[in-house]
Amino acid sequence: MADEKDGGGLVFKPMDQFIVKPLFGDGPVGVFTITNVTLWMALAILCIVALLVLGTRGRALVPTRIQSIAELAYGFVYKMVEDVTGKDGVKYFPYIMTLFMFIVFSNFLGLLPLSFTTTSHIAVTAVMAMAVFLSITILGFVKHGFGFLSVFWISSAPLVLRPVLALIEVISYFVRPVSHSIRLAGNMMAGHAVIKVFATFAAVVWIAPVSIFAVTAIYALEVLVSFIQAYVFAILTCVYLRDALHPHH
Amino acid sequence: MATEATDAAGKAAESAGMPQLDFSTFPNQIFWLVVTLVVIYLVLSKVALPRIASVLSERQGTITNDIAAAEDLKAKAAEAEDAYNKALADARAEAGRIAAEAKAEMQAEVDAAMEKADAEIAARTAESEARITEIRDGAAAAVKEVANDTAKEVVSALGVDVDAGSITAAVADRTKG
Repeated sequence: MADEKDGGGLVFKPMDQFIVKPLFGDGPVGVFTITNVTLWMALAILCIVALLVLGTRGRALVPTRIQSIAELAYGFVYKMVEDVTGKDGVKYFPYIMTLFMFIVFSNFLGLLPLSFTTTSHIAVTAVMAMAVFLSITILGFVKHGFGFLSVFWISSAPLVLRPVLALIEVISYFVRPVSHSIRLAGNMMAGHAVIKVFATFAAVVWIAPVSIFAVTAIYALEVLVSFIQAYVFAILTCVYLRDALHPHH
Repeated sequence: MATEATDAAGKAAESAGMPQLDFSTFPNQIFWLVVTLVVIYLVLSKVALPRIASVLSERQGTITNDIAAAEDLKAKAAEAEDAYNKALADARAEAGRIAAEAKAEMQAEVDAAMEKADAEIAARTAESEARITEIRDGAAAAVKEVANDTAKEVVSALGVDVDAGSITAAVADRTKG
């Protein structure tokens, strides 16, 4: 993608924005190197602290604007966890809130021009998805022992179909972390790459108005997608959690 | 930095086409992701979420209290209205009673006055009747006297000497019937 085109002198490098590079110096990227990943993740932490800690500092009975946004975020995720997993899932609410807040802020920060989108990297989303997958599988076995396997045995289906359905269920269960992580990373990467491509076209005079309009439109769409993908990630985590807590359909 | 940062890692990314598949950066990303998630989790579970939860429950408590207080005030208002209506009804009844009393009193006064007037009228009537009787009697006596005198004068004018007593007896005899 990042090769130069000969005609017109346009340089398409839509993927350059995703390159992980050290913040200081040009050394190789080691495990503990401070990179742009570190910077944008730290900014996400700062934003979350500013919203949920500094914003609620007043503990006002009649909330300020920032405090009502914090309360809205809290209520939104809390209600989602409670609705999907039931009352006994509420104690896992802080974990889901952590994931949701991290993803939503990483996505929104990634929309700033010249920023780096941490959630567009499969390494990041796959770690989160695998963490969800493993902890939920372990939780299921700890809570129900081998009874957790009944999540694959659809007791409402006819007996003949059950082995076939069980096979499908097992496959879909193990595909979950893959779809869970690729959905988020793919959405973020594709949107940003498309914006970059249109932005590059803006260098050509006769197509610039169309291209700038397209960048604006896609940017608006990306704002929506940023929120929706965070929501989808969180609600799927809740759905998986419900399976672990109540494996009997 | 941005232009020539394409060292080993960058070149690997470029040759793969996607920086996302540049496995040499994975440990770095995963390390910082884990640090970030742990920090966010600690901040949320130790500070932010308990605080927001307490603010929300406090507000819920305040709202519940306020609603209870409002119900209380509403009940009090209804009570006050009842008391007002009762007072109004009482006042109306009292006013009616007073009016009836006043009417009865006036009726009694009027009756008394009428009675008195009637008695006075009766007394006057009786007095008048007595006077009329007296006048009539007086008139009868005067007529007798005039008849006697006239008879005497007529008899004396005729030249007949008659005793006055017999003339009176004769007049009385004639005028009796």
